[in-house]
Amino acid sequence: MYVPDTQFECDNERTALMTNQVNAPRKAAGRPAAAKSAKARAAAPTKRAARTKAAKRTPTEVAALTKVYREMLLIRRFEERAARSYTQALIGGYCHLNLGEEAAVVGLLSALERTDYLFTNYREHGYAISRGIDPNRVMAELYGRIDGVSKGWGGSMHMFDITHRLLGGYGIVGGQIPLATGAALAIDYRGGSEVVMCTMGDGTTNIGAFHESLNIAALWNLPIVYVIINNRLGMGTTVEKSSAEPELFRRGAAYRIESARVDGLDPLAVAEASARAVAVARAGRPYLLEVVSERLRGHSVVDPAKYRSEAEVLQLREHDPVVTFGAQLVREGVIDADAMAAIEHEVTARIDEAAAFAEASPTPDVATLFDYNYATPVANDSRRLPGQPLFEPAPLPDPGEDQ
Amino acid sequence: MTTMTFRQALQETLRAEMLRDENVLLLGEEIGVFEGSYKITAGLLAEFGEKRVRDTPIAEEGFTGAAIGAAMLGLRPVVEIMTINFSLLALDQIVNHAAKIYGMFGGQAKVPIVIRTPGGGGQQLGATHSQNIELYYAFVPGLKVVAPSTPADAKSLLIAAIRDDDPVLFLENLALYNTKGDVPDDDTPAEIGRAAVTRTGRDLTLIGYSRMAHVAAQVADQLAASDGLDIEVIDLRSLRPLDRPTIIESVKKTHAAVVVEDDWLTYGIGAEVAATISDGAFDYLDAPVRRVAMAEVPLPYSKSLETAALPSVDDVINAVHQTLDAVGRRHQKVGHD
Repeated sequence: MYVPDTQFECDNERTALMTNQVNAPRKAAGRPAAAKSAKARAAAPTKRAARTKAAKRTPTEVAALTKVYREMLLIRRFEERAARSYTQALIGGYCHLNLGEEAAVVGLLSALERTDYLFTNYREHGYAISRGIDPNRVMAELYGRIDGVSKGWGGSMHMFDITHRLLGGYGIVGGQIPLATGAALAIDYRGGSEVVMCTMGDGTTNIGAFHESLNIAALWNLPIVYVIINNRLGMGTTVEKSSAEPELFRRGAAYRIESARVDGLDPLAVAEASARAVAVARAGRPYLLEVVSERLRGHSVVDPAKYRSEAEVLQLREHDPVVTFGAQLVREGVIDADAMAAIEHEVTARIDEAAAFAEASPTPDVATLFDYNYATPVANDSRRLPGQPLFEPAPLPDPGEDQ
Repeated sequence: MTTMTFRQALQETLRAEMLRDENVLLLGEEIGVFEGSYKITAGLLAEFGEKRVRDTPIAEEGFTGAAIGAAMLGLRPVVEIMTINFSLLALDQIVNHAAKIYGMFGGQAKVPIVIRTPGGGGQQLGATHSQNIELYYAFVPGLKVVAPSTPADAKSLLIAAIRDDDPVLFLENLALYNTKGDVPDDDTPAEIGRAAVTRTGRDLTLIGYSRMAHVAAQVADQLAASDGLDIEVIDLRSLRPLDRPTIIESVKKTHAAVVVEDDWLTYGIGAEVAATISDGAFDYLDAPVRRVAMAEVPLPYSKSLETAALPSVDDVINAVHQTLDAVGRRHQKVGHD
């Protein structure tokens, strides 16, 4: 996917890796820009523009960068369409979007091989698409149709595709972390070379399962990358209000797990950090990567996010990773306005197709309700519908019997 | 046949399954160096090494969840949770994950995990260490819950559980580990979802599982000797699925039932059994279904209080007598009409 490019000039203040090297003195790790990150971000685009020079790129580099942008845009348009379909009541339940996390998602997954495993949470449509799953099937899952990735059983929060090694999609905060750790255990047990990536939100780092899992992974040297997508809000609660150590990547230190923080608005910085994390995991050590990101809208589609200030909302526009990265590519001459328009056109058509496919896909037949009760069939398994009795009415006993 | 204890049956079966299938591994607290809190895994670390017999940190949610994740990739982990009370720390992983993964993802991933865990009061362990909360798991579709009462069933049900592709909660009981019985030498798995009629009779059906299956059998023997009663005993063995047909067939024959359970009465397993009988054999009943269950208190430490709170053989005998008295009165009344 992304081809690392040493010529690519970046804003060090924003993209510098804040690392927590195991056994390294803490001061050597440098001071992360948590407190000033908002300010740094606000200033970033101009600084970057001033610094950037157009560099001649090979066709391969251009293709790789274009692909990153297209993938980010695909997620963006998919999520916008999902929001629309949700308000049209074509999608039920909860619907959490990756809007603002496109750079994080695309950058992270660029470091994974096809044989690696991904566990994520309920905000995962973008991950499914970026993992290479047909957007038609992702949209069909949102619509609850049989062609959905989980055959209509999971919905927005529970996407799963065994062939692309996306092992969920979990609706319970933190539920995926022990599972992902166990998948890494299975790889290690068999001596495999795959790694597991397990993403979670910032609020998840306060759950016991996070700490129990990191401890186990470090004790057993498991090949796993834990990724915290820190959009600084757990629903409406800030990181500062929920985490006693708000520099979340530092939590790895408690388990002697190497960790780093990266700017999640820059897909190339994320890709680089992810590649490094994956390399550590492939060598048999867990890694904790914090990706500082943005959530452009509410917690879910129905959340108007009234807890955010007007200034904060205005600032979000400048932190839009898709717009920022697109502008950067144009500015640097990687891609021209016509090509941008062509990508926009193609992606929009692709999403239209996904929505049309989802709408045309049949709803699951009620006769299949009990198809997945158990993997191993079992005696006396119940297949009773709500209105049915447990037993068919029995004939009355013979009154003379036993008297 | 070989005579052995419940503990030996478990240990030998774990060993045999590990030899048979290298995907079988054991995880739990103190199961390796310490050889298990109740010595079920004695000798297995020495034989199979740390890779397959893993001592875990005290982190039930973490290691149970890790076992579930490993099972998703095809391993067959057997987790020991030291007592069922501690399984509450792993409740999210068992109920929200192990039980859901196969169905929720449209059958794309199986979870062939076994969670072995003992319950049981009567050991003066106090309120937090004496519970029988298998009901919590028996309530959940997607899980299978088995509760052997004999060494033979311990073997055949454990084999079945390990070879099953679904998550199985395997309920043991502290008071049964030293009980002895004949165990078949072959490795035929039991059929999960089937109860066993362990004694046939015509006068009343006595239903129990795990330790209470023994109490039921003891009561039946005692009442046969003292009163000439002919009591049928059902050992449920499987709590999910529940073998309703076996219960119904028996009650249709005996017209009376008493359920004995080592848990609290309200919403307990006995309530489900009684409701089943009401649904399937109402017209055959000559007396209300009686439940003998724990007093509804956190189990006290002091022996006198603990004994008073737990169902005893005498409690069951009284319940049987009272139920048969009610049957007799009904017959008398029917006769007079």
